[in-house]
Amino acid sequence: MNSRFGKKLAAVSVMLALIALGLSISPALAARDNLYIVGSSTVYPFAITVAEHVGKKLPKTPKIESTGTGGGFKIFCAGVGESHPDINDASRPITESEKNLCAQNGVKDIIEVKIGFDGIVLAMSKKGQPMALTTKDIFLALAKEVPDPKNPNNIIPNPYKTWKDINPSLPDVKIEVYGPPTTSGTRDALEELGMEAGAKSIPELKELAKKDEKRFKTITHVIREDGAYIDAGENDNLIVQKLEANPKAVGIFGFSYLDNNRDKLVGCTINGIQPTFENIASGSYPLARPLFFYVKKAHLGVIPGIKEYIEEFLSEKAIGDDGYLVEKGFIPLPKAEREKVRGEVMSLIK
Amino acid sequence: MAKFPDVTTRQEKKELSKFLSPKAVDVVRNFAKAHPEVVGSSVELWLPVGDGLDMLKKEVISKENALQAGLVTEKNLERFERLAEEKKVAVNFNWHFFTSGDSNAPSTAGIGGAIVGSFYLVLVTITLSFPLGAGAAIYLEECAQRSKFRDFIDININNLTAVPSIIFGLIGLAIFLNFFHLPRSSSLVGGLVLSLMTIPVIVIASKTALSSVPPSIREAALSVGASKIQTVFHHVVPLALPGMLTGAIVGMARAMGETAPLLMVGMVAFIVDIPKRLTDPASALPVQIYLWSDQPERAFANKAAAAIIVLLFFMILMNSFAIWLRKRYEKKYGERG
Repeated sequence: MNSRFGKKLAAVSVMLALIALGLSISPALAARDNLYIVGSSTVYPFAITVAEHVGKKLPKTPKIESTGTGGGFKIFCAGVGESHPDINDASRPITESEKNLCAQNGVKDIIEVKIGFDGIVLAMSKKGQPMALTTKDIFLALAKEVPDPKNPNNIIPNPYKTWKDINPSLPDVKIEVYGPPTTSGTRDALEELGMEAGAKSIPELKELAKKDEKRFKTITHVIREDGAYIDAGENDNLIVQKLEANPKAVGIFGFSYLDNNRDKLVGCTINGIQPTFENIASGSYPLARPLFFYVKKAHLGVIPGIKEYIEEFLSEKAIGDDGYLVEKGFIPLPKAEREKVRGEVMSLIK
Repeated sequence: MAKFPDVTTRQEKKELSKFLSPKAVDVVRNFAKAHPEVVGSSVELWLPVGDGLDMLKKEVISKENALQAGLVTEKNLERFERLAEEKKVAVNFNWHFFTSGDSNAPSTAGIGGAIVGSFYLVLVTITLSFPLGAGAAIYLEECAQRSKFRDFIDININNLTAVPSIIFGLIGLAIFLNFFHLPRSSSLVGGLVLSLMTIPVIVIASKTALSSVPPSIREAALSVGASKIQTVFHHVVPLALPGMLTGAIVGMARAMGETAPLLMVGMVAFIVDIPKRLTDPASALPVQIYLWSDQPERAFANKAAAAIIVLLFFMILMNSFAIWLRKRYEKKYGERG
């Protein structure tokens, strides 16, 4: 059997090798005929919905990688050409350094499209007591360094252990918060909209912001690492499960996870405002952030489908008051602003 | 819609549209295409229901919770119960799940694309890593003179098996994507990365298999005038082959379950079209599970669970194949083959 078996095996492996080679070489590296989108995991569920709708009209459905906003810009700004993405989804505006990176690599014309909002919610299990928080409470509960309660000009490491220490109206429960890691856009927004805004309501820190902006930023943008804030990774469903198991803990994630788990979770009010669809859409909920996508203008007309994708995303059918994205928990811009964005973008991509 | 004539307002129509899965539209369209004569008349068709009702019927979620979470509405539930009483509700096996690609709606999503992607990955990986790995092992074990250089290579190969898999993904990103400009997200690049990861495993398994062939076999072959090459390929390798193959298949099974290195080469992505070529964007089974587990829609958790069972099934299949191969070709030394 020995040699016969060996020969058979050799024949099979040679055949497999030929098949693999044939498959890989025959199409060469033909021009890309599908749209390539990267970026924010917050925008991802909406982007894939639009992609699937527009995919029915195009030769191929767009490919979407969920890389996070920052990771997306890194790939997006790497250059112009068919191996680079056409669109980057973002849960925050592009930064100066990202613009510079783009310019260095020849990505000069970028179209910014504002599409809607996302609310960041602080939620608890239904079994627990929902808290009424303020942005100041969020800052004091989560910052690594806070003003000394005895002498507010003195900045000390965060001494607070329970919610009651921060605000006597809150329950006497240990501070335990599950939230996103540093790579997440949700965390950036939490620091910006929650902690920074909260810090500004403390007069001494407001003074500091005027005098020493850099110091103010390091105080408001660094989250404590002593165990009160638990980095729960990028998987928001995991946070939902942890909250179910621990009714005293608070979780931080995007609005759609609260919306889909209303039977298990309840949102904390922030500055007295409930995290609801209407409050986020109207802008009265303090932790609401805009969502964007960025389009590489050089790829327009070269890669098929970009125009169709943008048209579909901005159509009333998708982000209108009862469009299919809204049903998935997407929070659109107000009608007037929506029309303005649509008009501007359409004239740019003509 | 004729079944529910009381629906008139726009709001109610929208609610009713959630009663059925988006897939229902395709079912009706395909039926009309196949039977053009029925267009205009009324027929009875089995249509898939929406995610909320689907989860309810399969008792994944209780009625109260589904209502609270907004997965189903009171009215749709009432309609559903009415149909159930008329015996117009059935649970069927979801073949669609195995043939379609990813989707934004849980009820239309499937693992067809992921299975094809995983198949391509395994194909590329085994074609590259088995010949290379087995060849390296034969050279190191049978041909190479004992030297400092050989020891150095031995140590390196042993170390490579302990390298975390994401590092191989980074190598793939740097070499195959940034240097060779191979297409991102393709199963070709994914397979190359996984081969890098699998080669050391195969080398070590093959070396163990070769070294367990007793020296008497080699000496006997040499003593009757066989050349070195004849000794190795006619006598030693065939005896060691079952062990080498087992190592290769176990390495393949490990490669099939990897997500981390694929993340770096862009295979963790939303891909609807089923890949036709090795250069097409593709996903893989573990990647699909990872993506679904992170989706806000509840019904995706069940899809992920189903995909895990399928992956597990493939793992068991590959491992049983390895055991069967070993049993089938295992020969006692001295037996005539």
